[in-house]
Amino acid sequence: MSAASALSQSASKTVPASPAPAAGSSALPTGQHGIKEHSDGRFGYVPVQTRSDRFKSVSVADFEAVTGREAVWKHSPVAKFTDLTGGELDGSRYPIESTPASDISVEWVPRTDARIGTAGLPEERAAANAWGVFDEALAITVSGEEAKEITVTRSTLGNSARGAHTVIEAKPFSQATVILHNTGDARLSENVEIILGESANLTVVSLQEWNDSAVHLANHFASIGRDARLKHVVVSLGGSIVRVNPSVRLAGPGSDTLLLGLYFADAGQHLEQQVYVFHDAPKSRSRVNYKGALQGQDARTVWIGDVLIGNTAAGTDSYEQNRNLVLSEGTRADSIPNLEIETGDIVGAGHASATGRFDDEQLFYLQARGITEEEARRLVVRGFLTEVVQQIGSPELEARLQLAIEAELTGTDVK
Amino acid sequence: MSVLEIKDLHVSVETDQGTKQILRGVNLTINEGEIHAIMGPNGSGKSTLAYTIAGHPKYHVESGSVLLDGAEVLTMTVDARARAGLFLAMQYPVEIPGVTVTNFLRTAKTAIEGEAPPIRTWIKDVRQAMTNLRMDKTFAERNVNEGFSGGEKKRNEILQLELLGPKFAVLDETDSGLDVDALKIVSEGVNRAKANTGLGLLLITHYTRILRYIHPDFVHVFVNGRIAEQGGPELADRLEDEGYDRFLVPSVVG
Repeated sequence: MSAASALSQSASKTVPASPAPAAGSSALPTGQHGIKEHSDGRFGYVPVQTRSDRFKSVSVADFEAVTGREAVWKHSPVAKFTDLTGGELDGSRYPIESTPASDISVEWVPRTDARIGTAGLPEERAAANAWGVFDEALAITVSGEEAKEITVTRSTLGNSARGAHTVIEAKPFSQATVILHNTGDARLSENVEIILGESANLTVVSLQEWNDSAVHLANHFASIGRDARLKHVVVSLGGSIVRVNPSVRLAGPGSDTLLLGLYFADAGQHLEQQVYVFHDAPKSRSRVNYKGALQGQDARTVWIGDVLIGNTAAGTDSYEQNRNLVLSEGTRADSIPNLEIETGDIVGAGHASATGRFDDEQLFYLQARGITEEEARRLVVRGFLTEVVQQIGSPELEARLQLAIEAELTGTDVK
Repeated sequence: MSVLEIKDLHVSVETDQGTKQILRGVNLTINEGEIHAIMGPNGSGKSTLAYTIAGHPKYHVESGSVLLDGAEVLTMTVDARARAGLFLAMQYPVEIPGVTVTNFLRTAKTAIEGEAPPIRTWIKDVRQAMTNLRMDKTFAERNVNEGFSGGEKKRNEILQLELLGPKFAVLDETDSGLDVDALKIVSEGVNRAKANTGLGLLLITHYTRILRYIHPDFVHVFVNGRIAEQGGPELADRLEDEGYDRFLVPSVVG
């Protein structure tokens, strides 16, 4: 176990079964009443108690080899991407295409760029592995107060294991929608940092329409400044294994975030998202709404929603929800909301989760009104997913997604 | 002139205790413009008759037939029956999350007519029908039956009846769970639909209460899976006074 590197923030490193060097060790989380070491000889081991205390490091060597038993990995098919969690990754530049937009620059910047590492740091091995290898980061910098949209497309990443790093910065008072569109083949682990200056208004959409065999592990780290607003949207439709985990820190007073997710898992697909919202400033507000549909043998989705309201975050308002619609036998949807509140002075905090089957009685009801079975199924699924699409705020993208959902519904047997 | 004929209908359901015979030879003919009330005690098979006509997959037709203007209904899919002109107002309408009333009504109307209704007249028709049923405008944008009260669900059923314009409608205990005001509103809606389209009605009910507002031409007493007695409206009055006891005596073996 090497020492944490310069960039790591080791608040409480969890090392099961490995003895701490001394009794009363620094492994104890601090600041929480009643947490103290037991006298039963468990070598001072206490599991991580608070979401923000998770071990962070940019060095892959600081993380033990992934077994699939770790909290962050236990829902993922880790044996299918050992190259990304432990192997050599290609960190070179890759081709991108971007639509023209004024006041948005897209460029490759060196690892020494001052923004890198300011929005968040890896908390698991695949992320650290990617962090260690990238030669240059793709930087998308937004300025200018007018609303504008840009789409940056990656379509030729290929089948060799890659690591990548992206920085999206919205300067104070700037406004834009940035769409990251992913298509083609990929075996990719990446980190995306999203930095919002004071009063910036940024929408980031990560759209996964990969080829069937693609594996994509992504960690998005966002830091939102005073009175700034981030709308973050994860749309996962294509790919074999797609895991996009957004972590958002509401860092400035009055900061606001809306985190949306939309996923449609077909047979054999694994679509996962671990969402983390950290209210770290007063009067901050968050809304999380992820909706998914599952259809076909071994269609699998995972949603974990962590919300932490820190003791610095008085007067906050938060709500998170996840809904899954199960369209056939043989699927599995995990939905795990966690809410942690360190201050009593809040406006609201709530969560909801529901996973439901497509109901035969619903089908009968619609059919009894003349609607064909196929149309009835589509009506229900479309209605279910549309709620998220309509909140994205980009008419062109919304129209495209409606078509993509339509294709998902017709492309496979809707039974 | 349309006619709905039910001939020697035998229907069973699968239960945990095995196959259970429910309908044991039902014969009934309804002409366009007629109102038939089917009354009977709980468990007599009234709802089974309603759901069998609509084509619910839970019910197995053992023998018999249901003919709409001579065409066999029992071989049609559920949606084809609706398009042929049959309508079932359900006792417990289900919630359809994510599908607004507006969207649902338009989709159903399009399916039944074979083409989308002209947008301007359609919106007007929907508004008028909702006003008639004292439904708040906000209903249009709510998801079908989601969070509706019992009375709102029944009104939503009658809204569909009025807008879809079927030839024959089966109302399955539409009166149950309604207070007297809601019962009047719903009954008005049914009477209005009949006045406008001249549809035939099969009114299934346990109580005679709704018959004060919707006047039947014929009353059939349903006991133990078949019609035990039939007559005019006076039969309903007799049931009001006597209840179903006199019909139940011979059927204790069931």
